[in-house]
Formats: sequence, C-alpha cells, structure tokens
Amino acid sequence: MNEKRLAILQILEKNARATTQDISRMTGIEETVAATTIKECEENGIIVKYKTLINWDLIQQEEVRALVEIRVTPKRDLGFDSVAERIARFPEVRSLSLVSGNFDLSVVLAGQNMKDLANFVAQKLAALEDVSSTATHFLLKRYKEDGVVLEGEEDVHRLPIAP
Amino acid sequence: MSPQNRTNEKRYVISERVRSLSPSGIRKFFDLLSSMEGVISLGVGEPDFPTPWRIREAAIYSIEKGQTNYTSNYGLLSLREELSKYLTDRYGVVYEPVDEILVTVGVSEGLDLAMRAILDPGDEVIIPEPTYVSYNPCVTLAGGVPVPVPTSMETKFHVRAEDIRKKITTRTKAILIGYPNNPTGAVMPRAELEKIASIAEEHNLIVISDEVYERLVYDTEAVCFASIPGMRDRTISLGGFSKSYAMTGWRIGYAYSNAQIIEAMMKIHQYTMLCAPIQGQMAAIEALRTGHSFVEEMRKEYDIRRNLMVSGLNKIGLECLEPQGAFYTFPSIKSLNMPSSEFAEQLLLEEKVAVVPGSAFGVSGEGHIRCCYAVSQNEIEEALIRIDRFVKKVQEKW
Repeated sequence: MNEKRLAILQILEKNARATTQDISRMTGIEETVAATTIKECEENGIIVKYKTLINWDLIQQEEVRALVEIRVTPKRDLGFDSVAERIARFPEVRSLSLVSGNFDLSVVLAGQNMKDLANFVAQKLAALEDVSSTATHFLLKRYKEDGVVLEGEEDVHRLPIAP
Repeated sequence: MSPQNRTNEKRYVISERVRSLSPSGIRKFFDLLSSMEGVISLGVGEPDFPTPWRIREAAIYSIEKGQTNYTSNYGLLSLREELSKYLTDRYGVVYEPVDEILVTVGVSEGLDLAMRAILDPGDEVIIPEPTYVSYNPCVTLAGGVPVPVPTSMETKFHVRAEDIRKKITTRTKAILIGYPNNPTGAVMPRAELEKIASIAEEHNLIVISDEVYERLVYDTEAVCFASIPGMRDRTISLGGFSKSYAMTGWRIGYAYSNAQIIEAMMKIHQYTMLCAPIQGQMAAIEALRTGHSFVEEMRKEYDIRRNLMVSGLNKIGLECLEPQGAFYTFPSIKSLNMPSSEFAEQLLLEEKVAVVPGSAFGVSGEGHIRCCYAVSQNEIEEALIRIDRFVKKVQEKW
C-alpha cells in the first residue's frame, strides 16, 4: 500500500494535473485505488495543495522577492516557535525556516516592489520585539526553482535511429 | 607493380569478409528520417537524459588537472577496483581488479575482443534470435559462424535450453546471450539460465553474456550469468555505463572473466585500441561512487513510460508482452499482415513515427517492431495516437 502511495505522490509532485486515469496507465494501479489514496492523502494533510510552477519573468509580471536573514533572541520555554509563528502569519512571507549558522530564521518575502518589501522589513520584521537583527537580500534572477532549471535546460541530441 | 600486371585475376578493393556482411537493416530509415521534420522517434537506442552533472563535472575536473594521458591497457586500476567492488556487492562474484577485469571502449569493443580472443576460423557461436544487430557481424569478422536459435513471443522471447542443445555441433565454441534483451526487453529467469549453464558445462562451451542493461529491470532481478555456480571461469561478462548512467557517448564498457581470457582480450585491445579514453574512465569512477541514486531515479521514470507504452500498444491492438528489462517494447504486428519493414516505412511516411522493423534483428524478429520508451511521456502519448490512427487506416484498406 505504502509503495503505491509513494508512486502516486511522486507522480503528482511532478505533475499535479495527472488524472487518476493517467496514474493508472503510468503505474498499473487501479483507478479507484488511486482515487481513494489521493483522497486519503488530501484529508490527512500529506497532500497540502496543488501548485503550478510559473516563470513569471516571461510575462513581465512585476514581483520582487527577497531573502531575509533574521537573528532572534529565543524565548524561555518557547524557543524560536512563538516568534516564528508570528512571522509566518504575514502574507508577504512565502517561506520560513529555522536554520543553523550565523542567523536563525530564513524568510523568503514576495511583494510588488523593492520599496514595499523594504518597508515591510523595517516596520514589521525588524520591529518585532524578539528580532535582534535582519539582513535583506533581494533576488535578482531566478535560475532554478523547485528542482527545475528555468532557462536554458539542455537538449539531448540523439541519433533518431540507433541499433 | 603496375595495375596492368594484375588484370588476369579479379581483385576487389573490399575484403571478402566485409563484403559478406549484410547491410544494416536500419540504414534506410536513417536516410529517410534525416529529410523529415516533426518526427517522433521510437527508434532511438539510448537514454534521453544527459549524463548526470556530477559525473560530467568529475570528467571536466580531470581535464583541468591535466589528466590527459594513456592509461594502463587494462584501464585505470582505480576504476577496475571500483568495478570489482561493485560486482561483489551487487552480484556476489569476485574478480581480481589486476588481471580479471578489462576496461573497453563500450560493450561493443568488449564483444569484438571476446570473439576475436576465442574463435578460430569456422568455430560456431550459438546466438538466440531476435539478435542485437552487432552480434552476428562480430562473430563473422572474427572468422566464426553465427548459429541462430529462434525465439518467439510464445516463450516470452526466452531461449530454451533444449533449443540450444539441438544446435550444438563439434564446432560449437560458445553461446552468446544478452539479457535484459535488446530488442525484446526479455529478462531470463535464473532457473532457465541455470539450464543453459549446465549445457555449457557439459559441452565445454564459453558463454559470452552481454549485461549492459543489467540495471534497467522492472519487478524482477537481473541475473549475473557468471554468478551461477560453475560459470565464473567459463563466462565472459560484458558490462557498460552507457545505459545505466546515460553515458553512451563516453564509450566506456568493461569485460570480466578468468585471467587467461582477459589477458587474451587485452592483447588485442593493446594493439588495436591501446586504452579506453581517460576522461570516460574518470567519469565512470564517479558514476560508480556516487551515481546509484540517479540510476534508480531513471529506472523509475522508465518504468512509468513502460506502463504507458505497453498499455497503449495493447489497446491499439498491437499485442505486446510486458518487457521486464532494458527500454524496448517489441509488439507484434502480425494481425496486420504486412512485413515489418513496410510497416515501419509507411508509419514514418504517413504519421511521422519512427520505429525499427523487427526484421533488422533476424528472421524471427519479423512480424514485430521495436519501440523504445526512452522518450518523454508526452512523446509516447503522441506517438500512440499516431500509431493508432495508422493501424486503423491499414485495417480499413482490407
């Protein structure tokens, strides 16, 4: 069962639009089994949501992203969790992780323009009581996202007929 | 000596041996294809992935470090050591890196060396058919005589030991097998291979086992023929990096057998090839050290494509066994009552899908076509639509 579930999840992770019929043809798992498995995964939160990877650069949609390094003074008993939960609630925050090294929280922000994001960092993040410092890095160009090289993926030049 | 002095006898520029080789059955399609656009080719014979970046990067680094020399005739010792370890870990066979493993220029060279090392003029080599296109010519060029043993869909393209036995004569020197098989995708179960092993023992034959597709098997095990008891010193095993690691262009293969045979093969290799290219050997070391997960990832992807292809072909009505290895399906087109070369040619001209006619792999390949599924899922889907349309057209003409 777990093996089938794994196969289904791996397909959906690559292509969220794969139908149960597609999955059945790709794996030999019965369509009804695939459908129940997916439903179960949706219900218990294994499948969080279905997402599309879009290269926004190609349609001139202005969006600015920034990577922010945050240093935090951890709270007694609560550690980093309470401040992390606070930060996570802002819609501007696209991802948030606790990391090892010179800073504590790694945040990816998205916004309309650099000014918006700069204001957000200054007024919301840096101003939080437990935040001791921030360093903001604006993303200039995306080369690879979610394991996919966005531009210049290499072609394979094969002989069309080979023994 | 002026040419006039020779006019009494008819002399050919090309040797009799080469003239006797039949032309490749796929050349015609190659020429046709190169003049067409929008073709989906299921006629390919290699992975559609580029070599994993880690492996390429290792080769680039070796060039930067100035590793641009000849290597030992046997190949880099560190590569042979990695191979020896790999074979022991994976199949439990033990071969000495120093004198029982030879790094070759692809499996193709290994095959040629094996034949030239063991055959005297007129020696016979028994080969199951459908046959990979190089096997017969390699035997012929080495002065031997290929003896085909037909197999069919009814026996899942497994060669039966009793059929091999019937072909044995006083001149039989060797049996040449290749599983997982190109073109059929067949994988022989251990029990059936053991029967072939006992024939080899009984008649004192050498077995050449081409295992280049060993890592690409689905829901079954690939048997290393040399791991069958008694076969270690009787088998010349051929392996390679092309299919497992998507390294076709690097031209790196290997042969392992007893030291006497490997030395004989090395003797030919040193005079004709000297050594395999060093960059390829450096890349192969990296592949063995860190490439395992990549092989598994590709194998899973092929498995998905295999399911798509097999179910699609059967739905169209081209009866197709579930291949257990390599990346080929070998569906039957017998229901359409047309020669495979005609099927392939018309399919290409009318629907722009390239396949390889089964007749390219010997008489018993007739009535089949070879469709490779090392192409993207989207291309498989589109090819199936076109093949379906083509088959319906042919059926309507009746």
